[in-house]
Amino acid sequence: MMADAASRDEDVILAVRNLSIALPGKDGPALLVDDVSFDVRAHEVFGIVGESGSGKSLTMLAVLGLLPPPLRMVSGSVKLRGRELSGLSFEEMRSIRGKSMAIVFQDPMTTLNPVLRVGAQIGEAVQLHNPGMSKQDVRNRVIELLTLVGIPNPQQRYRQYPNEFSGGMRQRVVIAMAMANEPDLLIADEPTTALDVTIQAQVMRVLAEVRRRTGAAMVLITHDLGLVAETAERMAVMYGGRMMEQAPAHALFNDPAHPYTAGLIASLPRVDREVRELFSIPGFVPDSAHRPGGCVFHPRCGLANDRAICRERRPEVAATSPGRSVACHFNDETAPWRAAQERAMERPVEARAPSVADDSEPILRVVDLRKEFQIGFSLFGFGRKLPALRDVSFDLIKGRTLSVVGESGCGKSTLARVLLRLLEATGGDVFINGEPFMQMSGPLLRARRRNLQVVFQDPYSSLDPRMTIHEVVAEPLRIHGRYDAKRVDDLLAHVGMPPQTGRRRPSELSGGQRQRVAIARSLALNPDILILDEAVSALDVSIQAQIINLLKSLQAEFGLTYIFISHNLSVVRHISDDVIVMYLGHIVEHGPVRRVFETPAHPYTQALLSSIPHPQSGEESRRKRIILTGDLPNPLAPPTGCAFRTRCFRAAAECERHEPALTARTGADHLSACHFAGQTATARAPGDEG
Amino acid sequence: MLNLFLKRITQSVMTVLGVVTAAFFLVRLAGDPAVLNLSAEATAEDIERVRTALGLNRPLLVQYLDFMWRALHGDFGVSLRQNIPAMDLVVERIPATLELALTSFAVGIGLAFVLGVAMRMTPSRTLRQVIMWIALGRQAIPIFSFGLLMILIFSVWLRWLPSLGRGTWAHLVLPALTLGTYELALYLRLINASLASEQRQDYVRTAYAKGQGHIKVLLKHMLPNALLPLVTVAGINLGLLLGGTVVTETVFSWPGVGRLIVESVSQRDFPVIISGVFLISLMFVVINLIVDILYGFLDPRVRAA
Repeated sequence: MMADAASRDEDVILAVRNLSIALPGKDGPALLVDDVSFDVRAHEVFGIVGESGSGKSLTMLAVLGLLPPPLRMVSGSVKLRGRELSGLSFEEMRSIRGKSMAIVFQDPMTTLNPVLRVGAQIGEAVQLHNPGMSKQDVRNRVIELLTLVGIPNPQQRYRQYPNEFSGGMRQRVVIAMAMANEPDLLIADEPTTALDVTIQAQVMRVLAEVRRRTGAAMVLITHDLGLVAETAERMAVMYGGRMMEQAPAHALFNDPAHPYTAGLIASLPRVDREVRELFSIPGFVPDSAHRPGGCVFHPRCGLANDRAICRERRPEVAATSPGRSVACHFNDETAPWRAAQERAMERPVEARAPSVADDSEPILRVVDLRKEFQIGFSLFGFGRKLPALRDVSFDLIKGRTLSVVGESGCGKSTLARVLLRLLEATGGDVFINGEPFMQMSGPLLRARRRNLQVVFQDPYSSLDPRMTIHEVVAEPLRIHGRYDAKRVDDLLAHVGMPPQTGRRRPSELSGGQRQRVAIARSLALNPDILILDEAVSALDVSIQAQIINLLKSLQAEFGLTYIFISHNLSVVRHISDDVIVMYLGHIVEHGPVRRVFETPAHPYTQALLSSIPHPQSGEESRRKRIILTGDLPNPLAPPTGCAFRTRCFRAAAECERHEPALTARTGADHLSACHFAGQTATARAPGDEG
Repeated sequence: MLNLFLKRITQSVMTVLGVVTAAFFLVRLAGDPAVLNLSAEATAEDIERVRTALGLNRPLLVQYLDFMWRALHGDFGVSLRQNIPAMDLVVERIPATLELALTSFAVGIGLAFVLGVAMRMTPSRTLRQVIMWIALGRQAIPIFSFGLLMILIFSVWLRWLPSLGRGTWAHLVLPALTLGTYELALYLRLINASLASEQRQDYVRTAYAKGQGHIKVLLKHMLPNALLPLVTVAGINLGLLLGGTVVTETVFSWPGVGRLIVESVSQRDFPVIISGVFLISLMFVVINLIVDILYGFLDPRVRAA
């Protein structure tokens, strides 16, 4: 980085200049990516961060020459190792794709062809660029690649189909495919977004390892600021098709120059600090056809203050110091503005004292709840049983927020469904306000169900597309014969939507607005308890902060009790009073949020927490990471003794024989199920980042 | 997989039993076979004699059980008109039916494949639309009009091909084309829609990112996936072709099972009707059984389930 200009030019693998991508339309082309320039240097990781629709993925697809028609690159230059790519034909690009640059896409479940063997799919990538290679050599190379990405039994796995691989293993296969010809440039487009945080840590380590072996540079496209902070050396922030800021990663996080970057960082809940309220960028991400003129960010900007220049003139990217550039008219004002925001967010520590300390009856009491799914069909009436919930017990006090965390398949969503009685429990009891809920039926059940409402993850599929927003919110009222138009308008107002929105349909709203509607609907019947099943997981960072703040203010206003199901531990830390950690249908740890996050007792919790990438602590947190080996075991044949022992770094002979009970091992209100509970996290020996 | 297979076989047997049972009772609704098969001058004694000979004087349920019992042993009765075993009459016609059904099926699906792939590969929007309009236009013409048109052009005017009967390959051309092109539009639309949705899949993008070319991506990656929905529809359709080629068979005087059954209905030759229905339903379920097995063969996800 300190080298002189001439040798730095040789170092540049990919040089993108003034790249613009347009979507042809009736009223002229809409620019989806507008005048983007950046370099990627040899061996480095260059991060591109942005929310959905920012143009980050399109930019890299254009580099690969894979823009989906009718999108077109309308101007600009793309140079790979000094060779201009933008004028090349499809056939000429073929010899570069998969050879000099390769890409890893987001969702490993769909990236692989379901009807072709894994070995054949990797072999295809090898053979395309080595046409003379013998079948045996291709095969050997594929097995070598499978070994490189850490897939056990490559000889066997080679012959299997994608459906026989777990999500993490599939992403390894995709990485193997991308690395087949040792490309100079690897593009990773949200490579871990579809994966659990423990698997994300595994996959990121595989990526680091293959890059170390081959020296490939990497472009990491992601919406996850924490991930990019600890992986990338330099990074860029995109918004509305523009590159807003470029800087070395640590500088960008510690001292953001663009108000959008500063806003994004401030809207991120963090595990390492508590704030009273998250900063949220107002408004929503504009869609590509209706982007504001002037600076594309000005309607949402905290600095713009409706200044004419922001409305009228597009700020050009300008270098502020060597290696840093920003596209803002007033970037000098970012730092003082940010400092003011930070001060406003600081939480007075005493305010975090338990909000409800009275010893009143719990509003929700769950006792030994069990759920088994019958798997398979048999003439003789016995199939296999899949235990999804095993003896789950907890109490919840009114007005508090209990979060349930764990990897996918741990049973957290099943718990939500059983509590809602969308699924019938196999055993156990649930008491709401002291009444046994599981035994209710008929009109009584119908009446009591009002107390328990739900908000689901995906606001695109949870609203009926043919109903108006008014009807969506009114539906629960109509079902219970309490329809009142004014009440619907009130509910919409409570979630920050004007009553006129009621006439629109879900397709006219953005993701964040839809989730507001879903929340309004869930509040329609004045429930006591709201189950939020990954309710903010599908939202962009800036919108997520808005919804979290909304949920907290609604809780304070109506005295709501929340069950917050999430895989995002930073959000959990910010929103909860208590946390339950689940593994294979068991509760393995349960306690107040601060205790669980600061002194996690169970090794699984310790591993989960260490897997979270932090924007601020970057390198340090990566070194302390505990990387769990392997995937979740087959729930049909759970391990004997402690279910976690097969992946546990602290497992001993005892763990195989005795299943540890969930008891208070490290303080009265801090329950955990581990024979070695509370042994300090400093004893983390294995699995350190290599 | 084996479990699934056994389940399918059980279902198939139940289906055939159900069809035969329905056929047995439905033909009885048409009236008393004894009366329908005797001339108008027959006396009450004549009728009674025939009823006794045919066993029609027994309760219906007994007749049904008796019929099923014999059928289980391969005895489907004797044709009332021709006095030879009914099943022999039907079996004799099977080769002709299979020949026509399979050929026109192959013509339809083969053409659809070639055209479907061509439509994906051509950059010309106009060509794509022309192909689709021709296929749809053909489907809009009823089989009998199209058949007669073919006879008029190729047999009457050009005198290239025979218009009637079965024997040489030349006899097969016109009926197979008539029926096959009718099927074409259905398959073509299906292949086209299926390929269009595969085109948007991530694995296609991945294949391009490896450096693969258009033709290989289409043939190696997209086509095997696009085949899956086609197999189901093609299976059902082949079954329909086996029993439902009556119009084509009539236009071209093709001696197939369909025509035999229609003739037998007008002659009230009940044993022949039931035998025909039995064989057709048997072929239908066998084809669908094959489709299920084929599906497992084509899609590893089904195999695993």
